[in-house]
Amino acid sequence: MSSSGNPRMLAEPRRSAPWRISDRSGRIRDSAWLKLLPALVVIVPLFAAALMLAVIQSLGYFPLIGLRSFNVDAYRSLFGNDEFWQSLLLSIRIAFMASLLSTVLGIAMALGIRGIWRRSRRSAFLFQLSLPIPHVIGALAIVHLLGQSGLIARLGHSVRLIDTPSEFPALVFDPYALGIVAEFVWKDAPFIAIVVLGVLGTVAENYENVAASLGASWWQRLRHVTLPLLLPAVAPISVIVFAFAFGSFEVPLLLGESFPSALPVLAYRLHTSVDLGLRPEAMALAVVMSLVVMASALLYLVLVRRVRRGEQT
Amino acid sequence: MTATQRMDRVPSPSPSPSSSPTPSRRRRHRERAGSRLAAVLIVAIIVLPLVPLVINSFARGYVFPQLVPAEWSTRAWSIVLATDGGTWRALGWSMVVATTVTALALLVALPAGRVLGLRSFRGKRVLEFLVLTPLLVPAVAVAIGLDITFIRLGLSGTFWGVVLVHLIPAAPYAVLILAGAFANYDADFEAQARTLGASPLSVFRHVTLPAIMPGLIVAGFIAFIVSWSQYVLTLQIGGGKVLTLPVLLVSTASGGDMAITGALTIVYALPVVVLLVVASRHVARAGWGMTGT
Repeated sequence: MSSSGNPRMLAEPRRSAPWRISDRSGRIRDSAWLKLLPALVVIVPLFAAALMLAVIQSLGYFPLIGLRSFNVDAYRSLFGNDEFWQSLLLSIRIAFMASLLSTVLGIAMALGIRGIWRRSRRSAFLFQLSLPIPHVIGALAIVHLLGQSGLIARLGHSVRLIDTPSEFPALVFDPYALGIVAEFVWKDAPFIAIVVLGVLGTVAENYENVAASLGASWWQRLRHVTLPLLLPAVAPISVIVFAFAFGSFEVPLLLGESFPSALPVLAYRLHTSVDLGLRPEAMALAVVMSLVVMASALLYLVLVRRVRRGEQT
Repeated sequence: MTATQRMDRVPSPSPSPSSSPTPSRRRRHRERAGSRLAAVLIVAIIVLPLVPLVINSFARGYVFPQLVPAEWSTRAWSIVLATDGGTWRALGWSMVVATTVTALALLVALPAGRVLGLRSFRGKRVLEFLVLTPLLVPAVAVAIGLDITFIRLGLSGTFWGVVLVHLIPAAPYAVLILAGAFANYDADFEAQARTLGASPLSVFRHVTLPAIMPGLIVAGFIAFIVSWSQYVLTLQIGGGKVLTLPVLLVSTASGGDMAITGALTIVYALPVVVLLVVASRHVARAGWGMTGT
């Protein structure tokens, strides 16, 4: 059985080859580190440098503008700023809504099309259409779709629901960030659905058939068989969707209100401000965002581990 | 694995033409009909947001409440596709940057993916975290963190500077996807080829490469898309000199000409849609990794 649609990209080695046990003795050979080196050299120094520099600059060391002492002033003024808290709250709300709705809709979509997923290549293509499309396009598309003079508003006018654009509810540039959430759901629900389809195809179908043959109803099968099988595989991906939505810059830039703005937009604005004195605050914000995302990464890995352990027993 | 495989034979009855459809077959029938309906609905929702952009690009004075443009026009297209316009240069930048990023990401990810996929060892968790985090950390944080240092190193506003920062999210994707490909790979075939006298290079060409090709295609596809989609990294590190399509598109959109914005959007979307046509089958099978790009 191939690992079709396997959601666990950090794959575990195969367990079926006892003669390779020596490779798994717990010690990695020198040549293995050598093989990891190119990737680590590219990824880690650049990324670590970015974060270290952000940390250093957030602590007030900024020779370019004459700051050479270390202090926590930037954090103090950031945490004392009401706009920061509003932005943080907004970003968390966006990420949470995007993750939750994408997960629920993704599962629903997958259950909806599972019957033809492997048969129709055309629908498989259309179904994945939003995945490679950049967020900049997605955001512009949402403006033209949900904006007050967008396609939906025009459809509303054509059926005499509204007369002027202002009668259409504000779905973009709105205080509830509905347009932003819509963009993420548009892109991420199909993504989650594909993960779900992978699990449905490989594992769930057999158990569902057993349950059905034992007389379980549709709802009973969904509630007691399908969902319990799906959730462990989907939960880590939901965390990933949360992290992406939390850190996205262009989507809230193109679809969000200017106040309060999402954290990444606020960070960029502080960084590019003519007032260079705001830069340490921008860096502090970058550090705070990175910490939130790192916590998500840890949670992801913990969830994935749990799934793997569950499979082994 | 074998236990569950055996189980699915239990409920399916032996096919006999005289017997009425069994519950499980009737269920499957109903499911398939429902599936078709659901598929039409879902595809409509996925495609719908892109429709206004396409209409806009061919319309003139397409204002509320027109549903169908009162006047069609190719004005926007002739402006966007003009040979002296910025579109072609931006397309060129995007192509060259994304291709270079893809090649470099695959190059460094191939050995790393192999180790991560085939072996388990002490420190693997730390390594996984080190690979995963750059992929998740907000691009803004990376962009502003590296800003001054890249200026000082002379990398700001250069092609290689942009390629390097694109590698931060692109290379981890390639590593993770190739790790997935190698997890289903049996390295013992290589030993067999070696025993038969194959050189390391021909082992790689004739044994390893064909086996992991689907994974390699998906990894390359995703790395390309990740680079193709980057906006704020390019904006900040490219400093207005490396003017890729997304940078041009956002500044065009803020100019407010809907028709030109629509046309440019299509120019920007088309290459990845074409790539999806090519890779769709592989990607659907291998999963999208953790693509939120």
